[in-house]
Amino acid sequence: MLLHDTALVFGRYARQTLRSRFAMLFGVLMPLLYLLFFGPLLTGLPLGSRGSSWQVLVPGLLLQLSLFGASFSGFMIILEKQSGVVERMRVTPVSRLALLLGRVLRDAAVFVFQAVLLVIAALFMGLRAPLAGILLGFVFVALLTVSLASLSYALAMKARSQHEFGPAVNALTMPSMLLSGLMLPMSLAPGWLDLLSRFVPFRYLVDAMRDAYVGLYTTSSMLYGVLAAVGLTTLAVTVGTRVFRTAGA
Amino acid sequence: MPIISTAGLARTFQTKRGPVEAVRGIDLTVRSGEILGFLGPNGAGKTTTLRMLTTLLPPTGGAATVAGHDLVDDPAGVRRACGYVAQSGGVDPQITVREELVTQGRLYRLTKEQAVRRAEELAQDLDLTELLDRKCAALSGGQRRRLDIAMALTHRPRVLFLDEPTTGLDPGSRADLWDLVRRLRDEHGTTVFLTTHYLDEADALSDRLVVVDDGRIVADGTPSALKLRYAGSIDASLQDAFLAITGRGPAPADSAPVAV
Repeated sequence: MLLHDTALVFGRYARQTLRSRFAMLFGVLMPLLYLLFFGPLLTGLPLGSRGSSWQVLVPGLLLQLSLFGASFSGFMIILEKQSGVVERMRVTPVSRLALLLGRVLRDAAVFVFQAVLLVIAALFMGLRAPLAGILLGFVFVALLTVSLASLSYALAMKARSQHEFGPAVNALTMPSMLLSGLMLPMSLAPGWLDLLSRFVPFRYLVDAMRDAYVGLYTTSSMLYGVLAAVGLTTLAVTVGTRVFRTAGA
Repeated sequence: MPIISTAGLARTFQTKRGPVEAVRGIDLTVRSGEILGFLGPNGAGKTTTLRMLTTLLPPTGGAATVAGHDLVDDPAGVRRACGYVAQSGGVDPQITVREELVTQGRLYRLTKEQAVRRAEELAQDLDLTELLDRKCAALSGGQRRRLDIAMALTHRPRVLFLDEPTTGLDPGSRADLWDLVRRLRDEHGTTVFLTTHYLDEADALSDRLVVVDDGRIVADGTPSALKLRYAGSIDASLQDAFLAITGRGPAPADSAPVAV
């Protein structure tokens, strides 16, 4: 039943995404601009990486795509709450968990698709990286999307309006991006900033992804990255499930 | 055997300014096939009661059964037995009528073929056939309401909850909706539990009225019984009875000068 319901909810929202292809491409725009107009600035700089500057920048941009995109997933559910769609679905016998998972998996599919587009663009800009590393990177994008989208839907179910939700999410995503070293690696940071960034889980994901992009799969960064990604996903889906099971919203 | 029965059903909301008792203990029985009008001023607890009876909101006190299923122990059973149309409705404006109806059937665990067939049946029954391939945003108010009700009837529920179903409809659409509600009861024996602010509607449609105020039931009876008891005559208007019951009547005529 959970699988049936999840597939059903996924289908509903996937069709919604396909109806607004423009919005989907628009999501790639910001990281693409970074790639085009910020990426070339880094090519000659010493970034402390074994590979090229593209192998440092692209993993960060992919996670940034997911960070900014998935965090705002909840907006949709606020609109659906206002139109009564959420309650209409909640009076049917549909699995509460499926109402969350179907949406979250749609988001994961959308952001992995956008990540693929971005990697293709990056290949034209000069990125060279092992295929296994690139594929592993997509797994990190998917896990981060699942985590952040779950939390975003949970917050949106609790939020009274989009005026409450938008600023709250903005206040969390912007510092998270800066403190996790998505643009430039935190190995360049002074001690205090490096220390601070260790409290932001995304830092471990981006460090691991940068290792993957230079073909290093057995480093301690990779271990911490995998642990952080799996831990974050587990925690976020648990929180999301609890909210969806009980929400009187 | 009543189809809905509640005992001391209550809901308290915790807010920053302390607890708010929206519903303070509702004791109610509804017979199978009855059309029940649930009336009360704004904020009386009508929607909160409806949301509890449809499993959307857990009660903080009391108990209730709907179609033999306990609200707290067997919410899934309640969901299979009842349909609910919220004030806001509940369709996505960007989706076609057909897609919403089919997805709704699938949410009730029909197979794809069954859901497609059921969508067509419902469209036929509720006069939506011509509109199946329109987006929900393109429907008129009356058409939207019929779609909302079609969605709630997907699984042939024994109880249908309607929250202010005719608010904002033109007189013709209201009359159509009344006919539809009567037809549901007459042809399918569906129990209909509806809230409304239109007293003419309550009078014309309901077998029995329950008036709530401040989270409690303050009157219960047939429309004529309430008129006789609270307004002094069965020829009185339900408006007079309602105002007498809820104590929000117009000020006595001699309390203020009409002109100086």
